[in-house]
Order: sequence, then structure tokens, then C-alpha cells
Amino acid sequence: MTDLNKLKIAEARDLLGKGELSSVELTEAHISAVEASKPLNAYIESTSEIARTQAKSADAQIKAGNQKGMTGIPVGIKDLFATKGVHTQACSKILDGFKPEYESTVTQNLWDDGAVMLGKLNMDEFAMGSSNETSFYGNVLNPWRLKTAAGEKDTVPGGSSGGSVSAVAGFAAMGATASDTGGSIRQPAAFTGTFGIKPTYGRCSRFGMVAFASSLDQAGVITRDVRDGAIMLESISGFDPKDSTSAKLDVPNFEAALTGDIKGLKVGIPAEYRLEGTPQEILDIWDKGIQWMKEAGAEIVEISLPHTKYALPTYYIVAPAEASSNLARYDGVRYGLRETVDGDGLIPMYEETRAAGFGEEVQRRIMIGTYVLSAGYYDAYYLKAQRVRQLISRDFKEAFEKCDVILTPTAPSAAFEFGAKSDDPLAMYLNDVFTVPASLAGIPGSSVPAGLDKDGLPLGLQILGKAWDEETVLKVSHVLEMAAAFTHQPSEWWR
Amino acid sequence: MSEIDKATVAKIARLSRIKIDEEKQAALAGELNNILGWIEQLEEVDTDGIEPMASVVDTKLKWRTDVITDGDKQESVLKNAPKAEYGFFAVPKVIE
Amino acid sequence: MTYLIQGATGDFEVVIGLEVHAQVISNAKLFSGASTEFGAEPNSNVSLVDAAMPGMLPTINEECVRQAVRAGLAIGAQINKYSKFDRKNYFYADLPQGYQISQFTHPIVGEGVVRIDLGDGKTKDIGIERIHLEQDAGKSMHDQHPEYTYVDLNRTGVALMECVSMPHMRSPDEAAAYITKLRTIFRYIDACDGNMEQGSMRADVNVSVNRPGEEWGTRCEIKNMNSVRFIRQAIEVEARRQVDIIEDGGSIDQETRQFDPVKGITRSLRSKEDAHDYRYFPDPDLLPLEFDDAFVEAARASLPELPDAKHDRFVSELGLSDYNASVLVAEKENADYFEALLEAMGAGSDAKKASNWVTGDLFGALNKAGKPIGNSPVSPTMGAELLKLVAEDVISGRVAKEVFADMFETGKGAAQIVDEKGLKQVSDTGELEKVIDDLIAANPGQVEQYRAGKTKLIGFFVGQVMKATGGSANPGVVNKILKPKLDG
Repeated sequence: MTDLNKLKIAEARDLLGKGELSSVELTEAHISAVEASKPLNAYIESTSEIARTQAKSADAQIKAGNQKGMTGIPVGIKDLFATKGVHTQACSKILDGFKPEYESTVTQNLWDDGAVMLGKLNMDEFAMGSSNETSFYGNVLNPWRLKTAAGEKDTVPGGSSGGSVSAVAGFAAMGATASDTGGSIRQPAAFTGTFGIKPTYGRCSRFGMVAFASSLDQAGVITRDVRDGAIMLESISGFDPKDSTSAKLDVPNFEAALTGDIKGLKVGIPAEYRLEGTPQEILDIWDKGIQWMKEAGAEIVEISLPHTKYALPTYYIVAPAEASSNLARYDGVRYGLRETVDGDGLIPMYEETRAAGFGEEVQRRIMIGTYVLSAGYYDAYYLKAQRVRQLISRDFKEAFEKCDVILTPTAPSAAFEFGAKSDDPLAMYLNDVFTVPASLAGIPGSSVPAGLDKDGLPLGLQILGKAWDEETVLKVSHVLEMAAAFTHQPSEWWR
Repeated sequence: MSEIDKATVAKIARLSRIKIDEEKQAALAGELNNILGWIEQLEEVDTDGIEPMASVVDTKLKWRTDVITDGDKQESVLKNAPKAEYGFFAVPKVIE
Repeated sequence: MTYLIQGATGDFEVVIGLEVHAQVISNAKLFSGASTEFGAEPNSNVSLVDAAMPGMLPTINEECVRQAVRAGLAIGAQINKYSKFDRKNYFYADLPQGYQISQFTHPIVGEGVVRIDLGDGKTKDIGIERIHLEQDAGKSMHDQHPEYTYVDLNRTGVALMECVSMPHMRSPDEAAAYITKLRTIFRYIDACDGNMEQGSMRADVNVSVNRPGEEWGTRCEIKNMNSVRFIRQAIEVEARRQVDIIEDGGSIDQETRQFDPVKGITRSLRSKEDAHDYRYFPDPDLLPLEFDDAFVEAARASLPELPDAKHDRFVSELGLSDYNASVLVAEKENADYFEALLEAMGAGSDAKKASNWVTGDLFGALNKAGKPIGNSPVSPTMGAELLKLVAEDVISGRVAKEVFADMFETGKGAAQIVDEKGLKQVSDTGELEKVIDDLIAANPGQVEQYRAGKTKLIGFFVGQVMKATGGSANPGVVNKILKPKLDG
């Protein structure tokens, strides 16, 4: 069989089950693909030896009749997830050399289901970024390139899960773990023609996931289609007593939700997402999506999310505030980088270590977060933001009284070139305009590849659902996927 | 709402324990002012009587029973330490 | 009497409030499963949560919640069935997270009252503002290496109850009585072992001074006091320092200070430019802490009789003096001993006499021997045996002291010692009559003088009887027989 690395998870699972394919073969094909993907810089650490061991064990499991959804499936792990004894730095220099003595619950769930770890994936430092340009390990390249008259140009893969999407779109992993704080799964999925889903906050354990903003961080997955997303999401989900914010709920059979039938389902279209300045191509693909929904028998409902406009500024108070506190533990005392100046004391060690260890964007956000929490500003910024967050959440609750899911564009543009926005933090933040509101409300959301723009770059549509209703999000995503029939693939220029 | 100047940047940097060289302070003040100025559009929103939302999870805090389930792993605790001696983390002395 | 500090220009009053940090008795830490045991190898009672490894999350220990609720109930405080955890952000080597999880805006326990004993039956109510739960920090050792501070995280994350009083104390004695009483209450309910030397209980003391009738002055906080004696001294010297500054025309800066018991001074802990800004905000890793009435009632049902109730019962039902009752209830072990003693003595026994024996003879001997009551060589049952011998006139009170000393030293029972040493007192009238008759016959001169009006000589005859009986004569019986015979 050729191109084993291009199989979908569901296809591979079925072949493995029938004994027509071994995990060892599948894994070897992927180890080669990881090697070949080096120009993309998606992987910052390859764990082929672990992968080979896990693949053998997976084959034994399957032989013994213990096949689960992810048994024998090679995946990549975002560097945000702690993997025991393996590089875990959230792509920050401050965690220099850190190898945890523990495993995150999300990855443990995967290994318990028999999945195979190919390596650790690049990301924006501490998941702070929308273009994967803030990683200590360098930029990640989008497998999709901008086609111009002058030739092809590199584009960003989106962020912060840039390595995850690049590996999956570049056929160097069948799926990848990712995390979403303000859009870090959905936006990069849209930029790379992959499927990404962020479940409801509390669906996946945050234990062992390096924290950025605790009230927003949620693990999720990147795959090449909706079915694969359902399979992998089911594996990483579930209650974890080690995370106080994890929900004690049974995990549904997500794959079973993909019935293809959305007749009579109400799809909400929020008026406020028709932002001024949104490129026509984005509006067009959205309209197409609405059309597909109608054709599939869904009912289109106009809804209003009146506080949409305030979601980004709210996010840029809440997330940095939490981050400023979450990142206080990186102090050079117990792990990671330590910078000292001879003869100086503890405080200079802190200040030098944190100046050298954190990149510019991380420093910027820590500074903002510290400021908005500081004496005299707490009420005006932080408390105000928490109140607006309540209003944003209420908007969704009210909207979901009128509809079952909400359909919007995922991002206000397609992938852009490196450096296009990295000098202007505000322009970069605006990338998350469509994804941030759902993060603030904690509701599930996905991004489905819907088409290409005039430059040949993928565009995605976002499906948002009610809290704990990932099943409907997946069902609608699946119908959208079938309607869009997105079969494009990037040319494998990096091989 | 407020104007961040070099002195404020120095103060926040101190609170954040991040060394910011003096020549960088002015530029950073500009950036932060830009971001905060944009954030201040929140002032338009009427939030009278709205409860601040700290968590999106609508359940009660779950409790652990009082049993010792962890600890006794000095080696693991110290394994990644930049400097550890005699079972302790070692850090430069606090200089008053 | 009002405590006043005499300044050169007049008197000053002092206003005191205490923030007491009491380590909660629990097996595991507040937010991790590591042991709270004291004195283990460095960094061994540490989980990866305590060490704040990336991605680690807190989960709350129900026992710590229960203990805080019990403590609140023990001071008659309002219990908040809804409370929240906040992060208090600051950097220190022994604070791994870079923040302490505490309760800022919504504490688990609200207002309550602690009654303090001021001697002579006088009491005063000290208001409690709140009790909240928080994490302890680790320990930094600065004197083990010339260049390095050593950090041990064993204590990191152990649950503390911070009990904040209102500024209701007006003298060092009141402050001392307050912390002593709080310690007593917490020890009664087994919520904190109250071991101040080991740091299980520590206090931050807020002190301000003002001229009578004028507004309160600016307060200073003296950090981390772990002895009642030092608290008393620190308040005295701090109040005096503030008075001196004010009288010199200066003003008091609100600041944190430290007491140096060797030099007998307080000194400033932080320079102003490094003023703390804790940036409290709700901990997003934890949800609000909620429980129902049933939980509170179960906690209430688990409380023992509290010291105030016990004291009042000892006075009103057992007829003890206020002093004895106070001494007995001050430590739960003392009260327990006393009650076990009464129980062993049986119904109708003299509680007052028993209390005198415990607070006098027993405490005296224990003190002298430097033994805690838990290690007393004389158990309550043994004490009861001794007191019964006195009550039944088998031995005199004087002999009882001798027998007790012997019991305390040898651990033998009272009856056995009395037997072995032949200390049983002679109450047999016939036997004593014969002794007395012989003495009267042998001392005609003294009899004559007595009858001539020198009645004090009766003491001489009693002494002679005692001498003749080797001290075992019952003095009451002797007097009864002797007097009519001498009177003729």
C-alpha cells in the first residue's frame, strides 16, 4: 500500500481491525513523513522510538481483540501537553530542557486507547499567538502556499496550534492534539484546510496541559475530516478528578452523531458577524455555507449576539490577567531556565530569567495582565471584563433558545504571509474576532474546510453549539463537509 | 482611562519580575497604551447589575477525601531543578 | 483597668488586632494529596502540584473545609455556604506557584466572637471578622550556605485557617489572652494542634496608638509571631515606638515590621519602593466552594463541649471557683483529666476538693517534674483512690500529700503505699483514750498550767499524741477525746 500517511483515521482503523494493515507499517510510514516534513518545522521533537514501541503494543492489542478507536493510530502532540520524560516546553525558552515526570490526562487517554506518539508539535509560545510566529523553535510553515503571479509564497499556518495543523495538513500525523484559548484550534484549522474542534470547556481535562488562561483553555483535536475528529475527540474527553473544572459527564459516542441528517435543525446566523471590512470572499463562503445548510433541510434563523464586538477586548483583559498569574511559576527556581548575575540575589535572578526566557508577545501579555489586575485598575478593567463576559455568555444562551447551532466564518481572512501582522499586535488579535466569543462562553465550536480563496488558500466555516452538545456540532460539521466536498490537497512542495 | 508612561512600565515590569531595559520602556509604553486604548471601548457597555463571570462551568466544586495519595517523590520534584543540593532547591540568596 | 502608655506629653491608648494563621489538622494538604506531616526529609512531602509543575491543578480536601466550618461554629460565627478562592500574587522562592490560593472577597466563615478571660472572673468579647482557608508557603533557609538559600516545600500547600480579629484589644494582656483562648478553642475541636514553636499557629499583630478620645492612629503590622510572650513584648515596644515618634512630631507609616526578641525592638521589613500589590483575582482553576445545611449540622454535631460552656458548667453545677474552672478548661487535657477523676470518684464526691487537688498538688508536681498531664504518673483513677482515702478519713490531708509524692515517684497505688507504710490513721477511740490517759498522767505540770488558763497547751498534747502514734492518729478524734479530759 502506498501513501499510508494519507489514510484517514477511520480508514486506518478499519484496515487495522481487519488485519489488512499493521500499526507498525502505518507508524513507519508516518515516521518517514515526519522526517520529510522537516521544512514545515511542525515537529520540534520526534519520538520515533516511543512510536515504534507503542505500535508493536497496539498490534498486539488488536490481535487480542482489544481494538479501540485510536489503537495503533499515529498522532502528534502539541508541546503544551505534558508527556512523561519527553520534551514539554510550550515552545518557550523558559522551560529550557524541561522533561515532566508526569503525563497529561489528554495524552494518557490517547495512550490508554492505544494511540501512537510521533512527536511534539510546534506552537506559539505558551499558546499566545495567531500565526505561530512566537515559538522559541521558529515559525511553522503552512503546507498551503500563496499563489501569486511572481510564484508561490510561504504562509502562516495560524496559531497557536500551528504545528498541529501543519503536521495534519502535511500528512505527517493522522491527527493531532491541540488547544484553544481564543481560537487556537479553529483558526489554524481554517488556514490549513483541516478539521478542528474545541469541545465545551470542562469536557477534556486540563491536567498536565501547560496553562495559558485557565478559564478559557480547552483541549481539542485537529484531523483531516469530521469523522476522524469525532473519533479522536471521544478518546481525549472525559471526567478527571484531578481537574476541578472537569465535568462529571459521560462521553457520548461522537462518531454515532454523524448521521448526515439535519432536517429541521435550526441554524442561527448572527447579524453581528457581518463585520465591516470583512473580505468579500469570506462573506461569500459564509453565504455558500448557509445555502448548503438550507439544501440539507435545515432551517436558517437570523439571530443576534449583540455583544460580539466586545468579545476581543474582553478576551484581551481576561486572558492576559490569568496568564500573568499562571506564568508566575516560571521563575528559575524549580525547573527550566535560570539566568543569574554573579553576586546578585534572588530578585535579579527572577528578572533576568523571565526577561531571557519569555518572548516578546508573552512578556507583553504578562505586562498587560499585571496591569489590569493591579491596585486601582482591577475594577475598571478586570471586573468590567468579567461582567461583559457574562453578557457575551448570555447572548449565546438566548440565541440558543432560537437555534441549535450557529454558523459563521472561522477567521476574517485566509492564511497570510509571515511578518504581515507580527509588528502590530492589534491587527494580529483581530484574527480571533469570530472565534473568541465562543471561547469566552465556553461553548463547543468547530472549523470545517469549505473552499479555497482566489489565491488557492483554504477557507473555513465555524459551527458553534450549545454547551455539552458536541454531537450536534459534529453532525452539522459532517453535513457541511459533505456539501463542501473539499478534496483539495496542498502540493507536497516540502518533500 | 489611564496613560501608561515609562515609570508605569517600570513598575509593572517590577511587579511581573521581568527586566525591561530602560531604552525599551518607552516603546513598550506606546504598545501597551495602544492595546489598552482599544480595550477601553468596553466602557461603552452597560454592565450595571451584571454579575462578574469567573468560570463558565456551571457545577459545584468537587471535593477530595482526606487521604495521602501523593508525595514521597523527592527525586521527581527536584529532577528538573537548575540547582538542588541535599534535597533542597538552591536559589541565590535574597539580598535586602 | 485601662492600659495606658505614659508619654512625655500625656497618655496614649493602644488598639490591637490579630491575624492568626492556624495550621489545619488533616492528613493531606489543602489542594494536593501529599502528607502534612511535620519534620520529614526536605521536599519529600511534596506533590508535583505543590511544586507547581506546569499543568498541575488544585483539588480541594474536604477535611480542610470541614475543619474551617467547625472552627467557625466553635466561635459562633456565620458560616458561608458559598465561598470562593482567590489568588494572591507575589514572588518568593518558597511560593512555587507565584501566588497563594486564599480567600479574599468571599471567606468560608464570617463574623463571630471569642470570649477572653481577664482574671478574677472578668471576661471580654473580641469580635472576629472572618476565618478563611489558604495555603501555607514553603520554608527558606538562609543560613545553610554562603551564596544560596535552600528551599524546602514540605509545608507548601498545607491548609491554614486565617482568623482575623476585629481591632478590639486594648492591651498586651488582652492580646495574649485572645491568642491563648483561640488556641484553646482550636485544640478543643482538634482543628489545629496549636503548637506555636513548630509554627502551627502564628500571628500577625496590628498595633496603633492614639490619645484618649482621639481617632485611632495609623497601624503597623508585626509579622509572624509565634509565642505569646513575644506577642506581649512586641506590642509593648511597638506601641512605645509609635508614641515616641508622635511625641517627636513625626507620623507613623503604615508598614510591615518584624520583632527582634534579642534586641527587644521592631524593625521595618520592606522598603516602600517594593510595596506589594497582590493583584487578587478569583482562581480560575477552582469553582466556588459550596455546601448545604446538612454539612454544617454534621460539623456542629462533631464538636465537643467548648471551653466556655465547660467553664460555666464547672462553676454553676460543680461549684468550682472561677479560678479553678478557668485553669482546668484552659487545656482540654486538663479538663479531660479532671472529668475522668470525678467519674472515677463516683457520684456525690466533692468536685471542689478534687479541683483543688488537681490544680494544686497534681499541677505542682507535674510542673516541677516538667511533665505534661498526658504523661502523669498518677492517673485519674489513681487520684480518685487517693482522694477517696481522705474523704473516708482513712488518711489525713497531710498524710495524703506524702502519699501522693510517693505515688508520683513510684507509680504505686495510694492504698498500697498507706498499707506498706502503715499510714492508716487511728480513729479507734479506745486505743487513743489509752494514749491520752497515759500522757495526762505523765505530764501533770502541763495539765495544771492548762487548767490555770493556758489553753494553748492543747497543742502540746496533740503533738504528743501524734508523736506517740507515729502521726497516724486522726486529729479530729484526738481533739474530741483530749479536750474534755484536760478540762477535767
